[in-house]
Formats: sequence, structure tokens, C-alpha cells
Amino acid sequence: MRPSVSFHRVMIYAMLIGFAIFVLFPIYIVVVTSFKDLDELRRGNMLAPPEFWTIAAWLKAWGTACTGVRCDGLQPYFVNSVRMVIPAVLISSIVGSINGYVLSHWRFRGADALFTMLLVGFFIPYQAILLPAAQFLGYFELANTIPGLILIHVVYGIAFTTLLFRNYYVSIPAELLKAARIDGAGFFTIYRRIILPLSLPIFMVGIIWQFTQIWNDFLFGVVFSGPDARPVTVALNNLVNTSEGVKEYNVDMAAALITALPTLLVYIIGGRYFVRGLTAGAVKG
Amino acid sequence: MAGLTIRNVFKTYPNGVEVLKGINLEIEDGQFLILVGSSGCGKSTLLNMIAGLETITQGEILIHDRVVNNLPPKSRDIAMVFQSYALYPSMTVRDNISFGLQIRKVPPAEQKKIVDKVAELLQISHLLDRKPRQLSGGQRQRVAMGRALARDPALFLFDEPLSNLDAQLRIEMRAEIKLMHKRLGKTICYVTHDQIEAMTLGDRIAVMKDGVVQQFAPPQQIYDSPSNIYVAGFIGAPAMNFINGKLVESGAMTGIEIDTGLGRSVLNLSFEATQLRAYIDQEVVLGLRPERITDQRSASPDAENSVQKVMMQVDVIEPTGPDTMVFSVLNGKRFISRVHPACNPRPSEPLPLLFDVSKAVLFDPKSGARIDAPVAFRENGAQARGDDGGARNMAAGVR
Repeated sequence: MRPSVSFHRVMIYAMLIGFAIFVLFPIYIVVVTSFKDLDELRRGNMLAPPEFWTIAAWLKAWGTACTGVRCDGLQPYFVNSVRMVIPAVLISSIVGSINGYVLSHWRFRGADALFTMLLVGFFIPYQAILLPAAQFLGYFELANTIPGLILIHVVYGIAFTTLLFRNYYVSIPAELLKAARIDGAGFFTIYRRIILPLSLPIFMVGIIWQFTQIWNDFLFGVVFSGPDARPVTVALNNLVNTSEGVKEYNVDMAAALITALPTLLVYIIGGRYFVRGLTAGAVKG
Repeated sequence: MAGLTIRNVFKTYPNGVEVLKGINLEIEDGQFLILVGSSGCGKSTLLNMIAGLETITQGEILIHDRVVNNLPPKSRDIAMVFQSYALYPSMTVRDNISFGLQIRKVPPAEQKKIVDKVAELLQISHLLDRKPRQLSGGQRQRVAMGRALARDPALFLFDEPLSNLDAQLRIEMRAEIKLMHKRLGKTICYVTHDQIEAMTLGDRIAVMKDGVVQQFAPPQQIYDSPSNIYVAGFIGAPAMNFINGKLVESGAMTGIEIDTGLGRSVLNLSFEATQLRAYIDQEVVLGLRPERITDQRSASPDAENSVQKVMMQVDVIEPTGPDTMVFSVLNGKRFISRVHPACNPRPSEPLPLLFDVSKAVLFDPKSGARIDAPVAFRENGAQARGDDGGARNMAAGVR
């Protein structure tokens, strides 16, 4: 039996290593290229690590690269992204939490219909609503602004966050709320003092997911933002497409890494909370 | 003053299901009311309606003579203990107990005094800074009771509080609840499916089935004088024996035909033939509790004149320690009797048993209603309804 077991094991490892290489290979190339200077790039050995490690490409991507008409690097757009993502994530999470709380514990006529409508919103492709959304923003004079972008992301985030929080809150026993009502607590007191303290794991899940979705979004960013409100994903696209003769791959790679860094960091730091939150129930015992 | 009055209460859900069909109950202030019945009878729904957690379709509920139909739970002056304790997981025991006081804006010094007093009463003072997940089941139960006590309400509501505890702990907590009731003298409404809890704790028991009160009376009366087969079979363990047989005349009295497997005879009953004229030569159901069929040694002193000896075939024996339960067959159905262990009954052997029919009851086999005595009675204004839905208004209560 022994030879057969190790044969299987060799096959499994070989496959896993193969897939890992397949996935990590492009990332290796990106990282390595971003630390090379132009001379080394021209020499052409893509796979080799840099002879001289230099951060010149990074500095250029951040501060001086041209993104269309302006040439001040990714920095202003990075700031735009931050200014857009943080309110969008917080607002959509909080609103989703309250929605989930209502739908899981306060029955009212039409609750099921409302929930179904929210779910349908979850499945609508974003491209289908671009035009109506643009009209809506224009009507409220929010077109091409960061607040407009925040509004769109919040509205489309609510479908997901409501579902997430509702599914979590249904595991909170109804008797807990009954006891609170008899004690005299009303809707918001129960939310503040009983539901919220139990919500940390699922808030982590919601925040991490929303952060990733909104930061990485390109479609809404490119459609609904004007030249001043552009998020970093759109700026990256512009940077890569703007060439002044020579294609500066090292700057492009550095710019891509700068754009991806925040979500990478969020997963590295919060990843375990993400998994924990998804598998946790609200109340033990 | 009436502690709790439930007047002609109905409950129908929006989908059309009728859960409670006309409940009428009233208890004095300071009494212990038990709502007992098997799952689905409506007892928890009724409790939730008293608490204000469910709406009342029709009828009135009064707490201390005050109609509470339209009052929210917090204004009804009640406190409730739940089956799953429902402690707030993110708060300490102290905060759990004082949560209601905080919402009512009781001054902090007063809150502390109340919490300390309640904790001492329930012996949980050393647990005040722990969280619920750090407590055992029994400790959680005490905290839940502490939370109710801290409210000092007019009415205490208990929703199957002991069902999650193990047998030993259940007996302990039962005694504590009874002691607490005696000490505090507050009105209590207690829901359970356990008939032993009902018998040991209650001043008045309301046996419910399918949304209707089958009988509402003090424990001993329910035990000795059940109003129908359901109540007779529900209360008392081991359950009452039900013997289907033909009622015959036996002189001026009546008797029931029995077949023990060893022979046929007539068991004489203490009901007069004139009383049961309509049922002579009809099928009836005789109810006889196991402790009324026993051996010579254990025959009870008040049974002198109504004891008859019958030979029975022993099928199975169950020694419980102080007694031995003997399983036989009578009229084709399983039959339990209780004998002294020294009598040493052996399986598959005949055993002479003394039948004491002085406390026997007779039921109609179709409706389940009692036929040997006046059934319904008025109890503090409450009216019990039998299974047949008709109110049998007889003047005298049965004692």
C-alpha cells in the first residue's frame, strides 16, 4: 500500500505547486519589474530579479507620472479613493446592519416582499443601471463628484450588507428581544445595547468585503467621476495608457502595486476575522 | 383583588389559524396559576398575550383589575422568566439584572441596592461580574429569576423555566420557586408541560388542549376528579388506567364487565344504576389510578367497603424502590397496578389484586366527558369547558 499512497501524494503536491506557480508568477513579475530601472528593462530578462534594486519607478508612479492631462502621479487620485471608500463602507455597513436587524426580528406586512426586492437588486448587473443612475446623479447635482460616487456605492452595497446582517441576526434568539421589550427597551435601545455588541464579527466581514469591492471598482469610477473625483483605479488605467514615447513598464507595475496595496493590507490584517466572522454564530449556547 | 383575569380571550392568527378559543380564568392576588398541556395547546401563546408580546384578537386581560389589552409590555408591571433564560450575552450579570432598572432611570445608588439584595436572595452575589457564557445552567436560571425579581412587578410570568435543566437541578429549582412564592406572595402565572411541576407548584391549575381550557381547579381536585379523559390521562404518573367495557346492572348498583385473560367477571362499581340509566349495556371507559389496585398489605384504610379481589396475570414488573409497578392486561389493554415490593410479583404468574373502586371515574367513550358525576363547576368565576364544547352548568362543585 505504501508506494500507492506516496504516488498520490506526489501528484497532489505537484498539482498544488503547479497552480501556485501559475497564480503567483504574474505577481512575481510585477513586483520584480517595479524595482528595476529602464536600462535593465531594455536589456530584456523579464524573469530575473533586479541587478540594482531601485525605487525610482515607485516615486515616479506616486508623484510625477502622467495620467492624461495632469502629471502629478497617482497621489491625488489615491486620496480621492480614500475619501470615497471610507464613508461608503461605513454608511453601507451601518445601514445594512439596521436593515438586517429589522428584517430578522421585527415582522411587518410586506417584509418578505421588501427583502425579495433587495435581493433582486443584488443580482442586477451594474451596466444595466448606468444610464438611470447618471440621470439621477445629474438631477441632484451630484454628477462627477465624490459624494455622488459615494451615494452610488452605498446604494449598491446595501443589497449585500442587508443580506449579510440579516442572515447573521436571525441566529439571535427571539426570546432575547422579548426579554428586552419587557424590560422596557425600544427599537433603538435594543439595537444599541444588545444587537450591536454582538455584531463585531459580521461587521468585520461586511467592512472587509465592501472595502474590497468599492476600492477595486472600475465601472462606477470611470462613469460617474469627473477629472477631479477620479478614484485610483481609473487613474491607473489612464497612467498605463498614457505614453510619452517609451513604455515605462516599471512605472506601470509600481502604479499597479500602489493601487492594489490597500486591499492586500486589509486582507493580510483582517483576513482571519473575515473567516471567523463568516463561521461565527451570533450567540453561543 | 384579582391578581390576573382572563376574560373570554380569543386568538386567531392572520393566516386564519385559531389558537385560543374562549379562555376564561381568574386568580386572586398572590396565587400561583399553572397553565399546563402538551405542545400546541396554546399555553405559551396565552402567556405571551398576558405579557403583551402578542396581540389579543378578542376579549380582555386584566392585571390587578386593570385592563392591559392596549398597554405595551413595559407598562404592564410584569416580569418574565424564559425557558432559554434569555440573558443578554454581552453584559455582566449585574448589568443583566439592572438593565430594566436602567431603562426606567432608577438612580444608580438605588439600582445597586436592588441588585445586591436580589443577588443575595438567590445566592449569586459572587457571580455578579461574570458574563452569562461563564455560568452553568442553574446559575443562568437564577440570574434570569433575579432579573425578574429586581423589577418587583405585580405579576410574574414563567415560560417553562425548568425545561432546560437536568432532573436533579429541576427538583431543586422547583422547591426554590415555591419558596420564593411563599416568601414574596406575588401573583404568578407559570406555563409548563410537566404535570409534576403543575401539581407541586400550583394553587390553581388550568389544563389546556387545542386552545380550550379542559379543567380549571386546585391540584387535588384535578387529580381526584378530572372532568374528562384528557385531564385524567394527563395528570398523574404513572397514568390512570382506562378500561373499555360494558356497563351492566349489578343489583341496585352498576358494574363493568372485565376480562383478565384468566377469566371473565363483573367488577362492581359504587355508582347507582339510576344515576347512569342512559349508559346501561353501553360501552363506557372506567378510569382507575394504579395506586388504587394493589395487594392486601397496601390496601388503603378508607377503601374498606369498596374493595374487590381479582386474579390478574402479571406481564412485566417495574421495581421502583418503594413500590413495584405491575403491568397486566385487562379487557385487552395494558393495565398498571402498584404493589408493595415484598409481595414479590413474578412475570407470567397470577397475582391476586385488590381493586378499590371508591375513587373510580367513568367516561363516555366517544366524547371523553365524565359521566358519573356533575362535571363543570364554577371556580372564582371561571367556567371549565369539556371536550364536547358544551358547558355543563351544574350547581354544585365536585369535592
